[in-house]
Amino acid sequence: MSMAQQPAQTQSGHIIPADKVTRLPLAYPKPVAWLVCFGCALCLLLIFCISAGVLFWRGIGVWGNNIPVNWGLAISNYIWFLGIGHAGTLISAMLLLLEAHWRNSLNRFAEAMTLVAVICAGLYPILHLGRPWLFYWMAPYPNTMTIWPQFRSPLTWDFFAVLTYLTVSLLFWYIGIVPDLATTRDRAKTRGWQVFYGLLALGWRGSARHWTRWRQSYRLTAAIAVPLVVSVHSEISLLLAAGPMPGWTSTVFPPYFVLGAAFSGFAVVSMIAVVLRHVLGLEMLVTERHLDLLGKFVLATGLMTAYGYCAEVFDAFYSGDKQDLGTLMDRLTGRYAWSYWGAVVANFIPLQLLWLRWARRNPLCLFLVSAAVTLGMWFERYMLLVTTLYRDYLVSSWDNYHPSLWDWSLFAGMLGVFFVPFLLFVRFLPVISVFEIKEARFEESEAQHA
Amino acid sequence: MPQIFTASADTRLRAVGLVIVLLIFVATLFVGGEMDSTYTTLVGWVKDQPVPFSHKHHAGELGIDCRYCHTTVDAGPKAGLPSTHICMTCHSQVWTGAPMLAPVRESLAENKPLEWQRVARLPDYVYFNHSIHIARGVPCVTCHGRVDQMPLMTRAQPFQMRWCLDCHRDPGPHLRPPSEVTRMDWSGWNENSTEHKEYGERMVKAYGLRPDQLDDCNICHR
Repeated sequence: MSMAQQPAQTQSGHIIPADKVTRLPLAYPKPVAWLVCFGCALCLLLIFCISAGVLFWRGIGVWGNNIPVNWGLAISNYIWFLGIGHAGTLISAMLLLLEAHWRNSLNRFAEAMTLVAVICAGLYPILHLGRPWLFYWMAPYPNTMTIWPQFRSPLTWDFFAVLTYLTVSLLFWYIGIVPDLATTRDRAKTRGWQVFYGLLALGWRGSARHWTRWRQSYRLTAAIAVPLVVSVHSEISLLLAAGPMPGWTSTVFPPYFVLGAAFSGFAVVSMIAVVLRHVLGLEMLVTERHLDLLGKFVLATGLMTAYGYCAEVFDAFYSGDKQDLGTLMDRLTGRYAWSYWGAVVANFIPLQLLWLRWARRNPLCLFLVSAAVTLGMWFERYMLLVTTLYRDYLVSSWDNYHPSLWDWSLFAGMLGVFFVPFLLFVRFLPVISVFEIKEARFEESEAQHA
Repeated sequence: MPQIFTASADTRLRAVGLVIVLLIFVATLFVGGEMDSTYTTLVGWVKDQPVPFSHKHHAGELGIDCRYCHTTVDAGPKAGLPSTHICMTCHSQVWTGAPMLAPVRESLAENKPLEWQRVARLPDYVYFNHSIHIARGVPCVTCHGRVDQMPLMTRAQPFQMRWCLDCHRDPGPHLRPPSEVTRMDWSGWNENSTEHKEYGERMVKAYGLRPDQLDDCNICHR
């Protein structure tokens, strides 16, 4: 492995510091900045622990949930986090099988992002349970009650979906990182790091047999992961559709949710890509071309999501159902209209910039548009839940929803749950798939010589 | 570059992995077994009572009907634990000076109830009504066991939800004539008599019991 010490060369003759990535964990360029970020993330994690502690001690009553709006911030954040995760799988698995080599510069950190996002998402429904310590009742296991989970309920499938997604994402990410961990192990100077990376690399020696096995398992896991891209979030939309509530019954929901998920996910991946390449000096690996492609993906999925918005409105008018129309009007003009218009404006107005090539290639511009999209998609999740629930069929049960302080503190804390492991990943593991980049470069040069 | 790991490191790593898997497996078995053990279900464990009351003596040997002491069993959700006055209906006349009964006399004198420790206790999220079970003829012995053979009262059944549902999903075979509900020994009841054999199914129809609805969550969790 340590044979490829010399930088790889591109066709144009530029020297590409691909190997730099495997050195990053051993000689991190900006330790102080990292420590500051990590400290902030730890503070957020502390907020999470306090909020969860208060929640466990005093119960769901500390939140703003009430009886028409029994799915408040917890579930909208759940959908939001899970959606963000989707881009990682999409980039990694789908583009791997499609042999789009440009994914190699993005997939590793996108997968890591998926992993932590799924963990954040998975925590929310558990925290949302009245008795969270009994969450394992969702699993079908032999029990003293002789009851099984209700397999007709999407809630049960939700449990399976998130668990499968977590397992497959973890496997896929870990299998993918093993060869790079071995490289880092070989570069490590001190005994401690050698043992640390050595254990993680599982004795990888890079023999031909290792590579064959690796290729088999990686592609297999990818093939398993691809259906999850569409199944998990369409299943979430069924969670809503199973409740006979106005505004949740449109047949566009499954694709609308999946595309919205990919949309928000690509936005987050773009933000991470912009920040990482700037901080770690990876401009040569995550090039403007990659930002350009990410921008195109954000634009494309964004326009498809916009189609979902139109279809939803059309659906309400087409059904002519009084309650559906009422909910539509509540969304457009009601008390929570800010969340609808917030979603429309933040999602689709700055997005139009991405039609321009320079905007896609400009890191700051891409970052800002993506931030707007991330915020906009958060508005959308909030809008979908609250505007439907706060006014249902029974006028007597109408009530407004105000997230409480503990709702918000848990959300802030959940960002800590997101950033702490992600920052650890950035600091201690190879953030970009080096060996795949090298392989692709090698194939390119071979093709040129031939 | 020197070797990082010794030649046996791989084997040791695998061994550790295997041990972890085995530990998880054993822990699962242990927890599963523990859930069904009498340590958790308390079946057969005696509780300390203010007076060592013997059901074997009173219900078995003397043949006092259950309802003499558990007065509200056929009229309300709770069977009721006997008041001191019920004890005293007899013990003001017999065994009046028995040292074992001193707490009962004290209780009467001080007008302070005896603190019986409940043996057959359900969790507070379970709504259980004795009267309907008595009215439909589920004999006491089904849930409380042969109390006429218990010198000290112990729990006879684990009271797990599985056990409740077994009956709720198929109530027929458990039904007996309500007039004989306190009878303890039912051995041979439906062996020789076709009428007895068909009794359960007939009564399920007669009472309009719907086993498909009897295991709805809100039957017991309200």
